[in-house]
Amino acid sequence: MSIELKNVTYAYGTESAYETVALAGISLKIPDGQFVGIIGHTGSGKSTLVQHFNGLMRPTRGQVLFDGEDIWAEGYDLKHLRSQVGLVFQYPEHQLFETDVLSDVCFGPKNLGFSQEECEELALDALRQVGLKEKYYKLSPFELSGGQKRRVAIAGVLAMNPKMLVLDEPTAGLDPKGRDDILDKIKELHETRGISIAIVSHSMEDMAKYVERIVVMNHGHMPFDGTPREVFSHYRKLEKIGLAAPQITYIMHVLAEKGMAVSTDATTVEEAKESILKALGH
Amino acid sequence: MGIIKTSKLIFDYLRYGEDEEHPEINRAIDGVDIDIEPGRFIAILGHNGSGKSTLAKHINALLAPTEGTVWLDQMDTRDETHVWDIRQKAGMVFQNPDNQIIATVVEEDVGFGPENLGVPTPEIWKRVGESLEAVGMKAYRKRSPNKLSGGQKQRVAIAGVMAMQPKCIILDEPTAMLDPNGRKEVLKAVHRLNREAHVTVLLITHYMEEVTDADYVYVMDHGRVVMQGEPREIFSRVDELKRYRLDVPQVTLLAYELKKSGVPLPDGILSTEELVDALCQSN
Repeated sequence: MSIELKNVTYAYGTESAYETVALAGISLKIPDGQFVGIIGHTGSGKSTLVQHFNGLMRPTRGQVLFDGEDIWAEGYDLKHLRSQVGLVFQYPEHQLFETDVLSDVCFGPKNLGFSQEECEELALDALRQVGLKEKYYKLSPFELSGGQKRRVAIAGVLAMNPKMLVLDEPTAGLDPKGRDDILDKIKELHETRGISIAIVSHSMEDMAKYVERIVVMNHGHMPFDGTPREVFSHYRKLEKIGLAAPQITYIMHVLAEKGMAVSTDATTVEEAKESILKALGH
Repeated sequence: MGIIKTSKLIFDYLRYGEDEEHPEINRAIDGVDIDIEPGRFIAILGHNGSGKSTLAKHINALLAPTEGTVWLDQMDTRDETHVWDIRQKAGMVFQNPDNQIIATVVEEDVGFGPENLGVPTPEIWKRVGESLEAVGMKAYRKRSPNKLSGGQKQRVAIAGVMAMQPKCIILDEPTAMLDPNGRKEVLKAVHRLNREAHVTVLLITHYMEEVTDADYVYVMDHGRVVMQGEPREIFSRVDELKRYRLDVPQVTLLAYELKKSGVPLPDGILSTEELVDALCQSN
């Protein structure tokens, strides 16, 4: 599985005085099994970008290829694509609507034409994978906590067995533990099922901890694309576009300026600890 | 008695199942006693469902206690004759900026509160100007709120509360939906109101970095206050916070981990500067 955007431009309100370019000639390839983070300030084009991955938005110019095939070519099966690339929106729990948790998760596979039995099997599997206990399956989704609802919503997408999972700010509004739980689950899905993950986030700390590649968006352009280490080394430039590096990056840079022999490219607490202990001779 | 005081506050939600006669009782607040002096900057931490928002809604009489009492500026919130006074004195700002903006022009939105209070028109305009100035949004007063960023919208919402000249302002996760820049803008505006207009601030948040500059912190769990103290004191208890599904700022966690590995560092380090100074001394 791979997704490739070739020189994709997306403009709103074309042929009017209000034309706004949300994506300006983006070229990006996400190979099979990658865990990618997408960062950028509000309005930078992140959400527009991810909605091109499963054909919810159609580029004004340029191509979107899934496994090398142009998804906007005549006769391409977009429904199949959408079962392969699962998109979890911001605050996905607002989209829960069924009378009980299990039926809600069954909705996706049901639409793909699976039998009731198959749907339930897929749904149960998905619910287990997001770590929701069985005692909740027959409850109304509205009786669950925020974090649990969000896991149900993610299960609803997982039940379609996608090859890639795209999540738009999956941790917004959750408490720290809820945030870690969701991200740990996503990481586990990535590792055990080998599915590709693209995650939009405002938390640089989480990006440093979880993803292998960061794509930075700014005014429809993609100024940086690389490993967290590479991207966060441009922390001064990131600040100029309304972003920042994790707090750790700043600490390491100040320590280095003060003459301590620490590595300035540490981006997580663990890496920073090792590096400082080494510099102190512990 | 401080500006906000609760005594043995209890709040129960009733949930009716199929059997209408025997509702299930959910205790959201379970015996909370807090007493907040005017002019302070207070933070409330707690995981989702710990009772933070329910507590906040008691302060301006959106909810009434099941048991116990809440006083806002000496007024019992259960006394219905005081409801409007209480809501003028305690302003609320919620999580989603889009749910709080009602007018089509920024200045009209900010003027909505005082207009409802029957403030004379010239005075309304004066307050609108001052409030927008205080949150750094004066340049946008003729704009449409639709075109603003999340952080800007939240600041307009805060200005709308300020125009009612409240004594305290309660912010329920005001930055949860914002990007890092928006968060910074909002926090800066709130600190400035606290410092310059001496408004008492009650900030409910999940972001630990937003708490480090508060005067005092309450941590809630299962409807109770389980920890309270100054930020430094609270953040030195890393393991306890984690038990309550919370966290500490990265710099505090790093200091804590280094200390565990034998580096001599003080407890509860809150800023990059403090850590750097302490490390340079021990180097």
